[in-house]
Amino acid sequence: MLRRTDYLTKVYSLGHTLDVYEKHAQGYQAARKVLLSMTREQVIEEAKKANIRGRGGAGFPMGVKWSFMRPHPTKLAYLVINADEGEPGTHKDRTLMEWNPHSIVEGCIIGCYGIGANTAYIYIRDELHLSKERMWGAIKEARAKGYLGKTPFGKNYPVEVYVHTGAGAYICGEETSLLNSLEGRRGEPRLKPPFPAQAGAFGCPTTVNNLETIAIVPAAFLMGCEAFSKLSSLHHLNDGGTRLYGINGHVKKPGVHELAVGVTLRELIYDVAGGVLGDKPLMGVIPGGSSTPVLRADEVVHAPDEKSPLNPWHGKSVLDVPLGVETMRGVGTMLGTCCATVMAEGTDPLLAFLNLMQFYHHESCGQCTPCREGSAWLDRTIQKIFDGEGTMEDLNLLSDIANNIMGNTICAFGEGTAMPALGFLKKFRKEFEAYVRGERRKGQARLTVN
Amino acid sequence: MAFALTPERERELQDILTRYPNKMAATIPVLHLCQDQHGWISDEIVHYVSQKLDVPPAHVKGVVTFYTLFNQHPVGKNQVWVCRTLPCALRGAYDIIEHCEKRLGVKCGETTKNGKVTLRTAECLASCGTAPMMQVNQQYYEDLTSEKVDEILRKLQES
Ligand SMILES: Cc1cc2nc3c(=O)[nH]c(=O)nc-3n(C[C@H](O)[C@H](O)[C@H](O)COP(=O)(O)O)c2cc1C
Ligand code: SF4
Ligand code: FES
Repeated sequence: MLRRTDYLTKVYSLGHTLDVYEKHAQGYQAARKVLLSMTREQVIEEAKKANIRGRGGAGFPMGVKWSFMRPHPTKLAYLVINADEGEPGTHKDRTLMEWNPHSIVEGCIIGCYGIGANTAYIYIRDELHLSKERMWGAIKEARAKGYLGKTPFGKNYPVEVYVHTGAGAYICGEETSLLNSLEGRRGEPRLKPPFPAQAGAFGCPTTVNNLETIAIVPAAFLMGCEAFSKLSSLHHLNDGGTRLYGINGHVKKPGVHELAVGVTLRELIYDVAGGVLGDKPLMGVIPGGSSTPVLRADEVVHAPDEKSPLNPWHGKSVLDVPLGVETMRGVGTMLGTCCATVMAEGTDPLLAFLNLMQFYHHESCGQCTPCREGSAWLDRTIQKIFDGEGTMEDLNLLSDIANNIMGNTICAFGEGTAMPALGFLKKFRKEFEAYVRGERRKGQARLTVN
Repeated sequence: MAFALTPERERELQDILTRYPNKMAATIPVLHLCQDQHGWISDEIVHYVSQKLDVPPAHVKGVVTFYTLFNQHPVGKNQVWVCRTLPCALRGAYDIIEHCEKRLGVKCGETTKNGKVTLRTAECLASCGTAPMMQVNQQYYEDLTSEKVDEILRKLQES
């Protein structure tokens, strides 16, 4: 169901300053209320009711994650905000930092209080210079007003927020890699356990939240977390509230839109983004960042079991399934970062596949052999097929390589490479075979709509 | 020691140190400060950072080599990165890259003879909704057309 909201986006066109945030978005009222009238335990109980599924890709419930934080007798605790936004196809967090930075600062105050931390680090990828500037500006304004510092809103609970930057490495979006990078090390993912809630930043209990996850917290607390959750048509699947939906690729009006959770791909593409470029038929959609397996436009939901949450859509097009964490899992992909990449009929699927696997080859941190060698091998083998030198065995080899990465690596980058690879191989096998038979050629391959 | 930060940057370094529970955590921000001043990370800078932050030179070197944004060699006066990843490619990034190479007379990864521009490709820069795009030094340029690119490159060549 398509329902526009503007909890986060209202100030996008009005201005990014504290003044505007307070005047037009009831800015800092939620943080004030939380710090002055709630206990830590109440904050966590309330947060759980919002059913905010992590906006960074994995969809873990935010309130539950906060509840893993236990007070430690000697160690500090940290809140770390993930603004490394590097997943291809994802362009939502940047808009928040540039146009509504105060929602993030306010979210950090509530988050710190809820998990028992006094310091939040916002890890922003270095390329986002305007985002860094706006975040530092907002922090400065909030500190000058007494919303940050030793006694925010007069409460004896110190909160400081800092920006930390990376230096160009997609893998630093993975939370343990990000923690290493925050500590001044190479951004190599850590083995889990221990999980960040036990030993995260500087060896201390830490919560890592995506930037959008924390930014929506003030709106949820202001309205009451249960009411916020119910804005979603997937509230019954514990997938609540509103989200930023991004749409890019072959649509007439790409962009970022705030909508109640539960919009369908069809609504997003045709009603929100004005339809496919050149009014072409749709070939496929990558629903939530390049690590989420591609959906073909002609796929149909198969969920005959009445107990399946997808049963209401049995026999219908995948484009008519609401975009949610569980529903996308149900159709064999993931909601991911909730930013869809649209491909029109005529896009060469092998060239698209090659483009993505070049990305993973480039970004593997190299710690695990299956990922380091596998991502390079995938890239080379697709290139060989694209060059017209591939065999049918090479197509099977690609699946073998991907399957050998799955489950054999330190971090989820491995699955993030293998799953979309297996998706492309399954969905576009016919087109890839045409390359092997010489019926499709490199010279004719296009990614653009003409 | 030959390399030293300017007084203003030295003050910023001191401010950076207040943000973390230990000095090592300042490694990346301090390397950025140094590169901002010098253009790339020389061995001298590696030693400078190592002494400033009480960490071994090998640690600093390891960090420098891990992250793509730290230049291990001198680069051109201006940095151009064209995003090449799928969402941008779906909207013409490959043509933009070809156009830049032709206009500048270099391949991606190279610097123009006059030292003005280093051209590189980038992986997704979080602007897929305004593709194709490129980053020039600290500035993003979005919804690119070949006319826009010509204008941008012309200014860089004159810089
Ligand atoms: C390879 C890789 C890259 C990731 N990149 C990001 C990212 O750029 N931003 C982000 O918020 N989460 C990213 N994640 C997910 C984080 O590890 C983590 O789950 C998330 O930040 C938690 O926040 P959330 O629960 O609010 O979503 C990435 C994960 C992997 C495996
Ligand atoms: S799976 Fe890949 S990215 Fe993750 S730790 Fe292993 S080599 Fe590095
Ligand atoms: S793919 Fe170019 S900015 Fe995302």
